Amino acid sequence: MDTMMPNLQETKKKPRIEAVNDLVVKFANVNGSGSASANELFARSILRMGVPVSPRNIFPSNIQGLPTWYEVRVTEAGWLGRRGGVDMMVAMNPQTWDQDLKEIEPGGYLFYDSTKPLPPEKFRDDVHVIGVPLTAMTNARWSVPRERQLLKNMVCLGALAALLDIDLAECEKLVGEQYKGKEKLLAPNIEALRLGRDWARENLACPLGIRVARADNVGDRIFIDGNSAAALGAVYGGASVCAWYPITPSSSLAESFLAYCGKYRVDPDTGRHRYAVVQAEDELASIGMVVGAGWNGARAFTATSGPGISLMTEFIGLAYFAEIPATIVNVQRGGPSTGMPTRTQQADVLACAYASHGDTKHPLLFPMDPNECFDMTAQALDLADRLQTPVFVMTDLDIGMNQRLTAPFAWDDARAYDRGKVMTHDMLEAGRDFGRYLDVDGDGIPFRTYPGTHPTKGAFFTRGTTRDSYARYSEAGPDYLYNVQRLLRKFDSARSIVPAPVERKAAKATRIGAIYYGSTTPAMDEAIIALEAQDLQVDLLRVRAFPFADAVNEFIESHDLVFVVEQNRDAQLRTLLVNELDIDPAKLMRVLHYDGTPITARFITRAIGDHLRAIGGRPAPVRSAPAARA
Amino acid sequence: MTYLAKPKLHHPSLERNRVGYLRRDYEGKISTLCAGCGHDSISAAIIQACWELDIEPHRVAKLSGIGCSSKTPDYFLGNSHGFNTVHGRMPSVLTGANLANGDLLYLGVSGDGDSASIGLGQFAHVMRRGVNMTYIVENNGVYGLTKGQFSATADQGSKSKRGVANTDSPIDMVSLALQLGATFVGRSFSGDKAQLVPLIKAAMAHQGAAFIDVVSPCVAFNNHAGSTRSYDFVREHNEAVNRLDFWPSREAITADYPAGEAIDITQHDGSVMRLRKLDADYDATDRVRAMNLIQMRAAQGEVVTGLLYVDPDPEDLHRHLNTVEASLFTLGAAELSPGAATLASINASLR
Repeated sequence: MDTMMPNLQETKKKPRIEAVNDLVVKFANVNGSGSASANELFARSILRMGVPVSPRNIFPSNIQGLPTWYEVRVTEAGWLGRRGGVDMMVAMNPQTWDQDLKEIEPGGYLFYDSTKPLPPEKFRDDVHVIGVPLTAMTNARWSVPRERQLLKNMVCLGALAALLDIDLAECEKLVGEQYKGKEKLLAPNIEALRLGRDWARENLACPLGIRVARADNVGDRIFIDGNSAAALGAVYGGASVCAWYPITPSSSLAESFLAYCGKYRVDPDTGRHRYAVVQAEDELASIGMVVGAGWNGARAFTATSGPGISLMTEFIGLAYFAEIPATIVNVQRGGPSTGMPTRTQQADVLACAYASHGDTKHPLLFPMDPNECFDMTAQALDLADRLQTPVFVMTDLDIGMNQRLTAPFAWDDARAYDRGKVMTHDMLEAGRDFGRYLDVDGDGIPFRTYPGTHPTKGAFFTRGTTRDSYARYSEAGPDYLYNVQRLLRKFDSARSIVPAPVERKAAKATRIGAIYYGSTTPAMDEAIIALEAQDLQVDLLRVRAFPFADAVNEFIESHDLVFVVEQNRDAQLRTLLVNELDIDPAKLMRVLHYDGTPITARFITRAIGDHLRAIGGRPAPVRSAPAARA
Repeated sequence: MTYLAKPKLHHPSLERNRVGYLRRDYEGKISTLCAGCGHDSISAAIIQACWELDIEPHRVAKLSGIGCSSKTPDYFLGNSHGFNTVHGRMPSVLTGANLANGDLLYLGVSGDGDSASIGLGQFAHVMRRGVNMTYIVENNGVYGLTKGQFSATADQGSKSKRGVANTDSPIDMVSLALQLGATFVGRSFSGDKAQLVPLIKAAMAHQGAAFIDVVSPCVAFNNHAGSTRSYDFVREHNEAVNRLDFWPSREAITADYPAGEAIDITQHDGSVMRLRKLDADYDATDRVRAMNLIQMRAAQGEVVTGLLYVDPDPEDLHRHLNTVEASLFTLGAAELSPGAATLASINASLR
């Protein structure tokens, strides 16, 4: 075994990062090498030790060959946003070696496969290098090429467990759960884990300065990605029709829905399905099917991302105007156009809020994590039926495609689905007046009938053209105005039933506030603690839905300066606030992060902190709103 | 005037069908199409077919896209729910509606602009999926509502009203439907009600994707010399391969023909189609031969009409998706939510 470990002797001389349960380990892999499951095992083993982790996949639009990274933040304090910086790089991809090396913090660690020797200039003087001959060890023990590739990841994991003081028993238990019933596969995996651990123990100084120690900070939280959570929310929320078209990063949502339905929605007596999932020919068809199913009284949804939203906008206008329920989960990615399909952004806020031609606006829900993906997808199905309109769940790649520690899902079996205002056969028979677009309750929401309800009453012709309150074709001005003004009243009715914003007051009274939403939340949770440590007091408001609740306006009114923190270039939520609430734009300060990586606490802390220090803590009067840029 | 309610006048002696409805109960609003439009004849044929089939009007859902043809669902079956969707996208809306409620009869009405141009993709996929429906294309080779532009089904060399020849190859909807897997394919002519009504009846009884291409002359923009969709041209070149008589499952067969001249095809619901052969070689259950014959006759400038293909035992999308017997829209939380106890075990598996 020709192993080269150039730095082992020097290790004691240079500074090294010392940290327990507060570290970032980044894996640099080649896409398609089977590293994903080993990476997940790494993260979950630490969770099983009671230490919160926050992992993120950073991956290319590619199936095999291109670089992919998995960044795990180990955080006893429970910070779930990206920290920034890397304490240990597990550099398994020669393609990205130079770039990966640069990212390591001074005093950090570089872990690599030392089977082939590397020249000294490939290393850094201020980084501790740990070489393990992974390929040589794996190839000496196993001979099938695919087996070698997969088990090498496990050898690596075993070595890392020894180096970082991760309890290998937890890894082994997880592997055991994974291969339950497939014991044949279990044995070599366990063997590979132990091979790596034993080699590291014998040849290296274990543990390193950074390490994991048992804690009790995970509690009853669960570990799941937002797409799976939203899919499960759709199952519990009663979606029976799902039509979709594959698009990153939303595809796994529809696929999870299908998988969950296969488990939980099959009639036990007949084996038949209480669901219909159709992979449509494009997004035009997927939203068309959702609209058709919604028209016919089924709860239907689609999952898509930015380009899909663009294609759907004609139908979204029809559903808005003809008042048909539809639930659309938008797992946002970097735009415009194909943009950064495997990176994250919150850049479809305006495109969804005002989707389609003519005067349109639509309710948006902003989940912050998988737990809210579950709740809000289920709730969106209720809201769509209640409001008879398209409702968007605005998640993103960061939430959707990364496993996240989140509160356990909850469901009340007494909860009935809100089917909204539906006029039944008996109501028609009793002589109730049915005007499809008649505002009978003053809330702007009319009654509808399902097709096939009654032989002679309640039928109407649904159309995108204008009509009177009894659904009769009309281009008369007053009929048109009645409808579109009623639609505004309906939108106003939505204000009080969409999820309310969440406020967090600073320790001391302050006239400075910050508004944020969705996947920015974990970074903001952490940033606010850092700001308070600098004696900078900022009240927070997490917006959870559009139309904005009155509390949003009140929050802005009661502060002199409000930062609006978001992950897009054009400050889209800020625009929506200015436009919908008539806010003086000077009052709303942009904090924008949009390079495709998730926003970090360090970024927010710096952007807000620098500004507050610059104005000496006295915000008013603000005359311009320069942007903090990513 | 854009909206006209038809006065409800019932003559006491009018005939009621087995479910107690007058033909009048299947009518809709007064058509706003041009006098003499082929589409109005098709609406009348639909009314006739539904009345004769004893379908309760509210058990039909009628869907359409955009265009002259797509306006017609307002002019028939006024007691049925209708949905005038967006241009070229009726097939997806119909598919979704069908998934939600498999108990209604679905009637999709479209035109050649709607289905052969913007909607060609959705047309193809709704046929592929075998959605249980009757899909009628009212085919006049021209864009009527926008005043006379060629559509994608216009024959190469045919002339517009202003004398301009069409240079593009035509799309033949019947050949497409056959190739894409439709399990009932027919073609007819709006001017031949005797052929069209039984075709619609058989299509509505068909438990799969049924497609009827109906040549329907546009009197305003495509009924001149040089057009291949004029009344005169179609009458001269119409070549029917068969004549269809249709009996719903519960009815006794009344017509009788000498042996060899007619064949009976029993559909899945027990209904019987009796085909009187006009072309001795034609076998309406042979998809490949049907495609061949249509191509050969088209090359000779003939318009082949009749029941061109039928699979008497088709499969539909619900069967492919193995959905439950009850319509999905009727299911509530008891059937759809896996419950809190299951959620607790899901939570446990995620730790």
